Amino acid sequence: MKYSPFSQEAALGLLATLREEKGPVLMALQLMQKEFGYVDKACVELIANFFNKSRADVHGVLTFYHDLRTTPPTEHQISICVAEACQAVGARSLEKEVKAKFANETHDAYCFGNCALGPAAMVDGKIIGRATLAKIEVARQ
Amino acid sequence: MIIYIPGDSAALSVGADEVAAAIAHLAPTATIVRNGSRGALWLETLVEVQTPYGRIAYGPVTPEDVASLFDADFLNGGQHRLALGKTDQIKWLANQDRVTFARVGIIDPLSLNDYRAHGGLLGLMNALELSSDELISEVTDSGLRGRGGAAFPAGIKWRTAAQATSDQKYICCNADEGDSGTFADRMLIEGDPFTLIEGMTIAGIAVGATQGIVYLRSEYPYAIATLQKAIDIARADSWLGKSVLGSMHSFDIQIRVGAGSYVCGEETAMLESIEGKRGVVRAKPPLPAIEGLFGKPTIINNVLTLATVPMILAEGAAAYKARGVGRSLGTQVFQLAGNIACGGIVETAFGITLNKLINTYGGGTLTKRPLRAVQIGGPLGAYFSTDQFETSMDYESLIAAGGMLGHGGIVVFDDTVDLAVQAKFAMEFCAIESCGKCTPCRIGSTRGAETIDLIIQGVRVDENKKLLLDLCEVMTDGSLCAMGGLTPMPVKSAMINFPSDFTGAAR
Repeated sequence: MKYSPFSQEAALGLLATLREEKGPVLMALQLMQKEFGYVDKACVELIANFFNKSRADVHGVLTFYHDLRTTPPTEHQISICVAEACQAVGARSLEKEVKAKFANETHDAYCFGNCALGPAAMVDGKIIGRATLAKIEVARQ
Repeated sequence: MIIYIPGDSAALSVGADEVAAAIAHLAPTATIVRNGSRGALWLETLVEVQTPYGRIAYGPVTPEDVASLFDADFLNGGQHRLALGKTDQIKWLANQDRVTFARVGIIDPLSLNDYRAHGGLLGLMNALELSSDELISEVTDSGLRGRGGAAFPAGIKWRTAAQATSDQKYICCNADEGDSGTFADRMLIEGDPFTLIEGMTIAGIAVGATQGIVYLRSEYPYAIATLQKAIDIARADSWLGKSVLGSMHSFDIQIRVGAGSYVCGEETAMLESIEGKRGVVRAKPPLPAIEGLFGKPTIINNVLTLATVPMILAEGAAAYKARGVGRSLGTQVFQLAGNIACGGIVETAFGITLNKLINTYGGGTLTKRPLRAVQIGGPLGAYFSTDQFETSMDYESLIAAGGMLGHGGIVVFDDTVDLAVQAKFAMEFCAIESCGKCTPCRIGSTRGAETIDLIIQGVRVDENKKLLLDLCEVMTDGSLCAMGGLTPMPVKSAMINFPSDFTGAAR
């Protein structure tokens, strides 16, 4: 996936689009990550100042949610569902296989709502059902 | 020539886009409609062709099958090894009672013409003729209870919010469908998003709320995209906006996307998250219906609850209430998941047996190994053994059997499952997803996972089992919300129903 390089100017321009939103902090963090691929450290202060919050407020939100990351992502992102319905059809062994090969870019996830066609995975935003290492490798290309 | 190829993400996950591309390549003049899924997910990609005799189905179709389908003249309903006959006569579908899911898989999800042609907007138009009081009474009389899992009567919640006075009220739709084994909210949003918008609009009119918010999880990117398009279409059609269908009511909807937190499916944590804060649970009271989002009266209902309202207003409370058993009235959208041969959506009146769902509809396990356990109601639901298969699937019977219906997800496991490992996972999941506000959940879950680990290793098994049960009691009684309060349910049910897995001897 392609992201823009982080800059304060670009970040401030994006934050301005949320000026009318109520309770904008989580949206702001999500917007930063969508644009830059991650939430740069500088964003905490930018968002705090822009929306008149404390840095602690923003930091608290940033560290609460599993989706938000503070370092640039790897080129490919693989998520394997390891919740119960996928466990029932071998998600745990799939997870091991995939992590053995793509350790840096593989994350655990809990449910993509594809529980009748598990194991489920998401590769660079594309959903995979009845996932196997081979299918994930194809989707990753 | 109309060909239906689902655009539902379950179908996409097994190649529906590739099938659609291959068919479009060989039939460039045909109209391809990307409908929702019929819910028979093991048949995906389910391709349907409109013929003079009705819609004829083929499935499961892979891109490699497409050439042979054309050879068999499938565009005219020709015979093929994947031919399933008329779609609405497929037994699995024909035996269901689709109410909430009546249009899912049948219509083009983003066509208002299709929506209206299949009974859409009738409920809203009827609602506009009623007073707030009459409208809420209709919902109350239908017996509709919260489909998110708490099963609270929808009408009573609405009445509370309607009676509150405030300059602003909100309708929040909880679409944070985080329970493993559940996907009905996602399929409804992807397959018939206007129904949800209609239900929310009716709720807004009923209680005097002008703003709706759908809290939709980030794990559902396809649903987010579909719902946003549907909202834009409804706005352009002057359904949403300053004057709902030309009436004096104003109503609009915004989507707020979650950020990967399970506990944000708990209604008060969801409110915090919509307010842009950490998803930390609030103490109740105050009830959200009185003091909810941004401190204003707020109705929080699950997707299926809101999506059922249009039908109740269109066909009347009596028609809905005529279905079901006891205090569980209407239909439930069951979701068959996990290790199951024929998984998907089974919507039917409450009161069907677990056995019928798993064996008649589900066709047993996918692996063809003996079925050993089913977990009902998501990660916080109980593990049932095959001895309990005659249990009636309704709210009260499941509670009596030591479980809960939750959001209607049923996850099947074969005989390779180790219930001690599943119990440990329940505690680990709670440790990962706990919001951290109360101690029994935050610390108890970690201690619980450690204790189960000792039992698995055979360390002081009896002593640790006693300790674990004691911990479960503390978590049940001492947690603020269902996250910590119900995590003991899968743990204890596994211990009670599968004692042989907790002896310390490796399975």
